[in-house]
Amino acid sequence: MWGKLSLEAIPYHEPIIMGAVGLMALAGLALVAYLTRARKWGWLWNEWLTSVDHKKIGLMYLLVALVMLLRGFADALMMRAQLALAAGEALGYLPPEHYDQIFTAHGVIMIFFVAMPLVIGLMNIVVPLQIGARDVAFPFLNSLSFWLFAVSALLVNVSLALGEFAATGWLAYAPLSGIEFSPGVGVDYWIWALQISGVGTLLTGVNFFVTILKMRAPGMTMMRMPVFTWTALCTNVLIIAAFPILTVTVALLSLDRYLGMHFFTNDGGGNAMMYVNLIWAWGHPEVYILILPMFGVFSEVIATFSRKRLFGYTTLVWATVVITLASFIVWLHHFFTMGAGANVNAFFGIATMLIAIPTGVKIFNWLFTMYRGRVRFTTPVLWTLGFMVTFTIGGMTGVMLALPGLNFVLHNSLFVIAHFHNVIIGGVVFGAMAGLAYWFPKATGFTLDETWGKRAFWCWLVGFYVAFVPLYVLSFHGAVRRMNHYANADWQPMMIIAALGSLIILAGIVCQVIQLVVSVRDREKNRDLSGDPWDGRTLEWATTSPPPFYNFAHTPVIAERDAFWDAKRRGESPLPEARDYQPIHMPRNTGAGVIISLFAFGLGFALVWHIWWLAGLSALGAFVAFLVRAFATDIDYYVGAEEVARIEAGRPAHPTASSSSLHEQPQEAF
Amino acid sequence: MTLSPRPGWRRLVPVSPLLLSGCGSALLDPKGQIGAEQKSLLLTSTGLMLIVVIPVIVMTLWFAWRYRHTNTLARYLPDWAHSNRIEAVVWAVPCVIILILGVMTWKSSHSLDPHQPLESDEAPLEIQAVAMDWKWLFIYPEQGVAAVNEVALPVGVPVHFRVTSASVMNALFIPQLGSQIYAMTGMDNDLYLIADEAGVYAGKSTNYSGVGYSDMVFDAHASDREAFADWIAARQAAEASLDAEAFEELAEPTRAHPVEYFGAVDGELYDYILARYQGGEPHHTAPEG
Amino acid sequence: MAMTHPAPQAAGHDHQEAGDTTLFGFWIYLMSDCLLFGCLFATYAVLQGNTAGGPSAAELFELPFVLGETLLLLASSFTFGLGVLAMHRDDRRGLNRWLVITFLLGAAFIGMELYEFHHLIAAGAGPQRSAFLSAFFTLVGTHGLHVGLGLVWLLVLLIQVNTQGLTAMTRPRVLCLSLFWHFLDVVWICVFSIVYLLGVMS
Repeated sequence: MWGKLSLEAIPYHEPIIMGAVGLMALAGLALVAYLTRARKWGWLWNEWLTSVDHKKIGLMYLLVALVMLLRGFADALMMRAQLALAAGEALGYLPPEHYDQIFTAHGVIMIFFVAMPLVIGLMNIVVPLQIGARDVAFPFLNSLSFWLFAVSALLVNVSLALGEFAATGWLAYAPLSGIEFSPGVGVDYWIWALQISGVGTLLTGVNFFVTILKMRAPGMTMMRMPVFTWTALCTNVLIIAAFPILTVTVALLSLDRYLGMHFFTNDGGGNAMMYVNLIWAWGHPEVYILILPMFGVFSEVIATFSRKRLFGYTTLVWATVVITLASFIVWLHHFFTMGAGANVNAFFGIATMLIAIPTGVKIFNWLFTMYRGRVRFTTPVLWTLGFMVTFTIGGMTGVMLALPGLNFVLHNSLFVIAHFHNVIIGGVVFGAMAGLAYWFPKATGFTLDETWGKRAFWCWLVGFYVAFVPLYVLSFHGAVRRMNHYANADWQPMMIIAALGSLIILAGIVCQVIQLVVSVRDREKNRDLSGDPWDGRTLEWATTSPPPFYNFAHTPVIAERDAFWDAKRRGESPLPEARDYQPIHMPRNTGAGVIISLFAFGLGFALVWHIWWLAGLSALGAFVAFLVRAFATDIDYYVGAEEVARIEAGRPAHPTASSSSLHEQPQEAF
Repeated sequence: MTLSPRPGWRRLVPVSPLLLSGCGSALLDPKGQIGAEQKSLLLTSTGLMLIVVIPVIVMTLWFAWRYRHTNTLARYLPDWAHSNRIEAVVWAVPCVIILILGVMTWKSSHSLDPHQPLESDEAPLEIQAVAMDWKWLFIYPEQGVAAVNEVALPVGVPVHFRVTSASVMNALFIPQLGSQIYAMTGMDNDLYLIADEAGVYAGKSTNYSGVGYSDMVFDAHASDREAFADWIAARQAAEASLDAEAFEELAEPTRAHPVEYFGAVDGELYDYILARYQGGEPHHTAPEG
Repeated sequence: MAMTHPAPQAAGHDHQEAGDTTLFGFWIYLMSDCLLFGCLFATYAVLQGNTAGGPSAAELFELPFVLGETLLLLASSFTFGLGVLAMHRDDRRGLNRWLVITFLLGAAFIGMELYEFHHLIAAGAGPQRSAFLSAFFTLVGTHGLHVGLGLVWLLVLLIQVNTQGLTAMTRPRVLCLSLFWHFLDVVWICVFSIVYLLGVMS
């Protein structure tokens, strides 16, 4: 009846896990109690869960990402504590059975359920506003994408309370992840969490690709697009091209596990090397899916807060396009030690290094954007400067890894761990934090507290170096990744320092939580009435904060690159007179995304535990829900012109050119 | 590094030796030709890249400070966004460095190719290394002995490791001697290494392979010829012998497996291990051409 | 920035645009589906020779049978095309007729494929037999699954077109499904040449 599921699946004997599960259950109960007492369920359902508004969906992505960041970071703290203790004869407090799940969960959560939603959340909030659109091309699919992602995150968390998670490393290399060597349900949780969220990601990729190509405001040619939108476009191209590879790879692994096929098995003619090739053919572009939009964030931030045009826009755009294409011809650098010939290794090594050229050029572009500007050291700028220094170092260690001859001694060592945290924390996390601080007022209507934001930044920056420089050092001593304990007690001091570094990062995260609480508390004081708190350059700042659900009462028409900034400098009012409104065509909210995703969750859960009747029922449920949606005709409506006029009149204030007094005149031509 | 008596508080921070000297550092204190080449590659490539990295970091901090909002003395050109001269420099410098690194890559990929026999007057010693759950088996086919979780090699003689796996993916790595290589079922991989100095070097698997992975460690004893011959002789005296049947028994998963010796080894054993997979057709991961 | 006031848009214009966007989005989805098949083809190419002592492609495949399947699918693509032409003439009866014929041809194709699979499994050449057969069943089966889903979609559309009529919502859906159907035809041509033709010749 219940497949492999029984009461024994609950890990009673693991106090750490049960504690975590208890905490999560308490938090969940508290939330339910609050919603019930405050009679907020209807509000939650109508305003948020069923919303197809890209701004709200974006905020929900960011919220889930931050919650999952706490979960993923708890894993990191546990790992660092284990390695600080487990030196010489000592075995630490986490046996490998548990530790191996933790590092797997840490990687999976941080990439799929933190970094990805941060990227997609920012795209959701910003892209339609930047291109002057009213929503994305397919608002219902956008809602579906989010909910598929959210239930996958839930599935990963359920694995904590019921059964186990994969203990295979985040990419679940075969044959270790095959049924022969991993007979438990852990890998199955990994499979279905990735497949369900992967469908959501693919839909997002298609959705935003179409949005950016088809829904730009009149006059916004490709080379007038804001850089963040450009990088988002490239990221979505990568999603469309790379995620099918992940889908196939994971599907083939599940065929091996569920139906006894022989794609990656040791016996029957399976080929595990193909798994490694396939997973990295997706995995390397995935890295660029994460980092490219952050390059866009830094470009927006540095130009805005330097009050200066972005240096070398054209170069930056082409550099991004080149990186996008080149990301598909470098995957083999993740396994130079597999034993391919010298020519193959050299080709992939050199291809990888070539990517360093456009990336390096980008850094110079940001540098020369500050040059002869007026740099204000706001929180987003601090994150950007921290990124430029940290990412440059990460780029250097990346090129070292790309030298096959050198890779032969650095591969699988802590050097790799230090390198990719160097670029992912220094690039993706810092970028997401910069973007969050920068666009938060646009999405919510009030700014984030600067003091706590700066404290968070310094803790993250210092914590990063204290946590990861020791790992670079230890890699020169032969310390490898994923080890549970080590005989060489000389490594322990460095491991302790690394653990202290993770505590400093923890302080940074605590600062961010406090920042959020303080900012919400003081929201009236920090309300952004102008819609343009930073003296912005692009269209999203031309509407109020938060924007009305239709974003722009009039579709803007674009004639230049930094359209909004130039208009302000000419002293023009950025928005036309409040008159002559037209009816606005908008999509209706729908619960279909939530309902289909809940059935998808049921399907995933049932497949993990081999509960076939539940799997069938869930699949049927999802299909019927989809049918109901397909037959619905009342899916959109028009906001009447009078209604628009009423909303526009009722908004706090129109953005005006008031900030133009802040503008200094250029002193002389260059 | 000699340990001298130190004030108590200094014992709490025994970090500096790790940072400052190559002592105990596997990669900066190589004991073989391959490792030495890799050390020089490490230093050269880092030095080359620092030519760009240091100026970029300095410029980042300098520009940010020089053009800070409050410094009204600095020039402000809000529309200046293009300069052919600067663009030429920022493209040219990385291009030149990557060009040099590219040439280094090509050369070192070939000179350090693990399939490439080392140039030496000595005939290479063949050692067959088998990754198992969770231990390493080293077979000396010419000497007819085998050891679990211990390997010995003569100084100054190139060693040809033939590497395969009896379960999941692993990687054979002796950091102070240089390169590592993957161990995979049905695959006959190569790794040529040489020890130039006698000593005991830590070896391990670097590729995560399951719960017993952290204990897949072994000592590599590099010693002069006489000592190596003694080691072999002592192994040949071991009573246990290893054939296919004994191998299957050994293949049962164990954790922190003790060092174990086999005085007699079936000459066909390595081929048998390869043939357990791939429908009896082992693949040699040879370089192309 | 000149924020002018665009001319008032007719409601029909909005829908027309939405239809175009849907069709473009579906194209992009098909491109990614194409990559999915690309991966499966690559997998098949790698594992083709790994028969693990089991039967090989040359021993298993019967070209005349597969040629029959191919003709059915090609014909169904043709009839779908005629259906779309009928839709453009606002001829709902014509559309209905051609879609039903397409459905029958597609169902016959699936029937033949299932028969072939059954035959292979019964002969001991199931997907568990070897890596080659795993790759074969997965590649061909994924195509079959697509055709199967296309059939379900076709049924749903038939009902929708006949209950809701040819509207701004249903028209683009018919066009999307026709794209999907032709796409599967192209994929099948690749399956036929790479898996069956080359397999029998090897």
